[in-house]
Amino acid sequence: MAEADGNRTRLTGWPGHDGFEDRARHQTGNASACNLAGAATERFGRVACGYLTHVLANLSWPLLRQVTGPDRLGRGHAARSQRSEHLQPRTVEADRVVDSVCPFCAVGCAQKVFVKDEKVIQIEGNPASPISRGRLCPKGSASKQLVTSPTRETTVRYRRPYATDWEDLDLDTAVDMIADRVIRTRKQFWEWQEDGPDGPQRTRRTLGIASLGGATLDNEENYLMKKLYTAMGAIQIENQARI
Amino acid sequence: MPGLGTSFGRGGATTFLQDLANADCILIEGSNMAEAHPVGFQWVMEAKRRGATVIHVDPRFTRTSAVSDLHVPIRAGSDIAFLGGLVNHVLSNDLDFREYVVAYTNAANIIDEDFRDTEDLDGLFSGFDPETGQYDPATWRYDPPDDAGAADRQEDAELEASEDSTRSGEAHKESHEAAESESHGSGGAPVSWKGRRDETLQDPRCVFQILKRHFARYTPEMVQEVCGIEPAQFRQVADALTRNSGRERTTAFCYAVGWTHHSVGAQMIRTSAILQLLLGNIGRPGGGILALRGHASIQGSTDIPTLFNILPGYLPMPNAAQHQTLDEWVADDEGKAGFWGNIRSYAVSLLKSYWGDAATADNDFCFDYLPRITGDHSTYTTVKAMIEGGCKGYFLVGENPAVGSANGKMQRLGMANLDWLVVRDLQMIESATFWKDGPEIETGELVTEEIATEVFFLPAASHVEKAGSFTQTQRMLQWRDKAVEPPGECRSELQFYYDLGNRIREKLAGSTDEMDRPLLDLAWDYPVDEHGDPDGQAVLREINGTGPDGVALSAYTELKQDGSTACGCWIYCGVYADEVNRARRRRPHWEQDWVAAEWGWVWPANRRQLYNRASAAPDGTPWSERKAYMSWDAEQQTWVGPDVPDFVPDRAPDFVPEEGAQGPDAIGGQDPFVMQTDGKAWLFAPLGLADGPMPTHYEPPESPVHNPLHAQQNNPSRRKLDHRTNPINPSWSEVFPYVFTTYRLTEHHTAGGMSRTLPYLTELQPEPFCEVSPRLAAERGLTHGEWVTIVTARTAIEARVLVTDRLRSLRLGDRFVEQVGIPYHWGRNGITQGDSANDLVNVTMDPNVYIQDKVGTCDIRPGRRPRGPALTAYVDDYRRRAGVDMEHPEDGGADR
Repeated sequence: MAEADGNRTRLTGWPGHDGFEDRARHQTGNASACNLAGAATERFGRVACGYLTHVLANLSWPLLRQVTGPDRLGRGHAARSQRSEHLQPRTVEADRVVDSVCPFCAVGCAQKVFVKDEKVIQIEGNPASPISRGRLCPKGSASKQLVTSPTRETTVRYRRPYATDWEDLDLDTAVDMIADRVIRTRKQFWEWQEDGPDGPQRTRRTLGIASLGGATLDNEENYLMKKLYTAMGAIQIENQARI
Repeated sequence: MPGLGTSFGRGGATTFLQDLANADCILIEGSNMAEAHPVGFQWVMEAKRRGATVIHVDPRFTRTSAVSDLHVPIRAGSDIAFLGGLVNHVLSNDLDFREYVVAYTNAANIIDEDFRDTEDLDGLFSGFDPETGQYDPATWRYDPPDDAGAADRQEDAELEASEDSTRSGEAHKESHEAAESESHGSGGAPVSWKGRRDETLQDPRCVFQILKRHFARYTPEMVQEVCGIEPAQFRQVADALTRNSGRERTTAFCYAVGWTHHSVGAQMIRTSAILQLLLGNIGRPGGGILALRGHASIQGSTDIPTLFNILPGYLPMPNAAQHQTLDEWVADDEGKAGFWGNIRSYAVSLLKSYWGDAATADNDFCFDYLPRITGDHSTYTTVKAMIEGGCKGYFLVGENPAVGSANGKMQRLGMANLDWLVVRDLQMIESATFWKDGPEIETGELVTEEIATEVFFLPAASHVEKAGSFTQTQRMLQWRDKAVEPPGECRSELQFYYDLGNRIREKLAGSTDEMDRPLLDLAWDYPVDEHGDPDGQAVLREINGTGPDGVALSAYTELKQDGSTACGCWIYCGVYADEVNRARRRRPHWEQDWVAAEWGWVWPANRRQLYNRASAAPDGTPWSERKAYMSWDAEQQTWVGPDVPDFVPDRAPDFVPEEGAQGPDAIGGQDPFVMQTDGKAWLFAPLGLADGPMPTHYEPPESPVHNPLHAQQNNPSRRKLDHRTNPINPSWSEVFPYVFTTYRLTEHHTAGGMSRTLPYLTELQPEPFCEVSPRLAAERGLTHGEWVTIVTARTAIEARVLVTDRLRSLRLGDRFVEQVGIPYHWGRNGITQGDSANDLVNVTMDPNVYIQDKVGTCDIRPGRRPRGPALTAYVDDYRRRAGVDMEHPEDGGADR
């Protein structure tokens, strides 16, 4: 057993692990069952021992297999049943697997996104990452819920000034209205110069428009945002990095 | 970030998560890494498995503490006193790594004879102007070198002649008014010369001796009086750090927002930098300072900023008082030693990326198209402007300030006074619904039918519905492919902003108004897919930069100042080298060495360990076999090792720059800090910080404790926000006798929009709570599991109380200080709802970066808070009893 345990420590977590469990069971399974049954020997005699050993070795109760076999943590073969042998993970049915990165904290754990029929069916850690080595925390593990959440908003909502509730608005109209408002507010608060200690100094800007956001956005998105805002002359551009 | 930037030259983590496994000791302070960065924490556990000592210094006993060798409870906000005590321990017992310190830091530099320390001026450095609350750093500078060149002397003479005028003093104040410290994210502050040095470290005016005197009073007894840490425990930490530093061993530090969110945040990080430099732990395997960022792309959104004071690659936004031409814009840094000396190439290449063919040498490459800043335009100041009617349009992009920003009431009152608000998010967050169900609607302070704000809620695409890159905590860009199309009207920000830009440009087409030229001349043409979504790789390629032949560049050293190259962010140059998206590389770790250089791409130049020239001794050989990393190969005449050298690759250790050399040519063979204008790491910052060249302990703006070190209670240059909605609890108030600090939980994410909406996570952490010690519970009659009300001069909130030994009653001298811990994730929308802890937090900011202080004082009482208008009356009563001066609500009275 000691030798077998030593081997298992080395092999845990690598492909072939399960094969090892099977091998180990063949080598040591019966002997263990006999040891466990040893206490019964004096009471029931040699015949009983032989019978019990035979029964235990052939019973398929997971708990028995766990305490008698090499899989003492019950995380491998011992936990399997006839039914579980035929179960397949959702991931097997995926049409494709896409490389991604967890969107929560800044560790940047690598994710694999499993897609079937253009829907996300599972998100798992990617063991190839040198940083996360396949692990995800509770938030990262919940990221399938994040992207498939039924409470996600998927249509534009619009609240008129002084209104007490939302109303619908199509996306195209909304973006057009926003463009109009940017142009109007930009002009309303446009400033070519401001008084400085030595007279007026050129500022070429608008103080009417502000923005907050970015730390969960992509670099490319931040880049376009800053580029467009800068060209607008908007300077109050901020993100979570300051909060 | 300027804490790291002014110390080392770049504002990013100096090391990477996997390298923590090589540490012999890890000090985690200002971070609950096991709970806030759980997967990254495996590398701490890996180090521990290999025999490292792990120390956790934190007000609360958390899961990080549980697996550490030592948990040191500390009073929130007193970290400079603790770290300063360690600095003093190292200096007074000659435990520093002397050879490293002399060669690689500015310990030997002689400082101006007029410099005065806080020890001389009872808590102020020389140069403080009490009228403005700002410093003139003229007396903090290096003495000129003995062999100063004619140009240097000329500059010095001009400086003397102008006597505190524009060049140094005023310019510095204006810079700090505009948070220019942050522009040292990748390029140190520009000093005029390398300065006179005394490498025996004996000159009383040398940095080493100044530092020794500055921290002499930070004794273990003082540490106990300020932080509540027992001297015996202090010595355990000191011994662990010094025993595990030197030639053969290294210690790493990890921090997060437990350091950055203070009115002295940058200086807390500075203190750790000083300590790590004295111990010789920067640039070496198993050493370094790991800044743990809080979001997928916090590092990325400062590198390619959506921040008011910087442009991509930490180029400063032009300041109206100083920068009216391209020449003026780059003048301070151009030609200085190191790679930051090539700033003109980076600046011109950015302008070419923005305005393409319109940017020519004749028009200063459209420099004039850049809007100028004139001071503080940070988020809190902008919110105040909203309340006062000076800012009318607001975009919230994946942000929920009604819950996530300090003083939520200010945020909501600001939004209620806009003309229009655009909210882009995955879920219906509190910042989009404040007008109908915010706390102020309940109290009657706001009335829905009277709020004129027009609100557009636009649904956003999730991280699997768009392709793009995040830059994570160790400066690594990792690309995500698009897995599926976004549902319904959800769109990426890339598509939204591209579309918005197109429409604005169409509407303005034909305009002859000069104000519209920057929009009309903008280089704004990106390939889109069949859904109209722009190709993120095309944008990344623009960020990487292209040469005169239109081909992607490989390194920022290829950038030119003549307009022949374009580059959207010079520090990211190389991510698209050879037309390959290197952020997308996914070579498994088992096919690489432990540095794993072929997974993703790290700025700068795919270097994983910054300043790694310092991993070798001055002569280029490893400090020890055990800690070998990069070293000089004399045969091949190049630096070799598992990483990309953070140095000129063929620069020999004995290289001495020629007189008058500029930029990278001026980097000596023993100057590992290649972004610093003198090549050295800064124990003493002669420039670049708004609140002093060295860290000094000041109390948080709200504190029950008198500062035992100085009569000066608070950071004298902290930035106050003067508004009636932001009253500060008076210091030492008996009405607000307890300290509170906010924190995050493993199962929730910041303002909750991405976690309180998910069933799994809300099941794991189903409701808001706070935690207190048994002693505090007894003092106030609080029952474990019952409701309590926590109140400050801003407002009162309610939560369930957890009475636990995880929070220790701290003994400071002859008194106890009690602390209340409050997770801040909750708001009124989502599956799990509750009051927001940030509504309690005041806005008083670090003067370098304008980040708020998350520590404050409070009262805590059993039972639920009052409802409706009774809540306002309840808080008013507290203000009256505490004597809050509503005429001057911003400073807590300690300054007067």
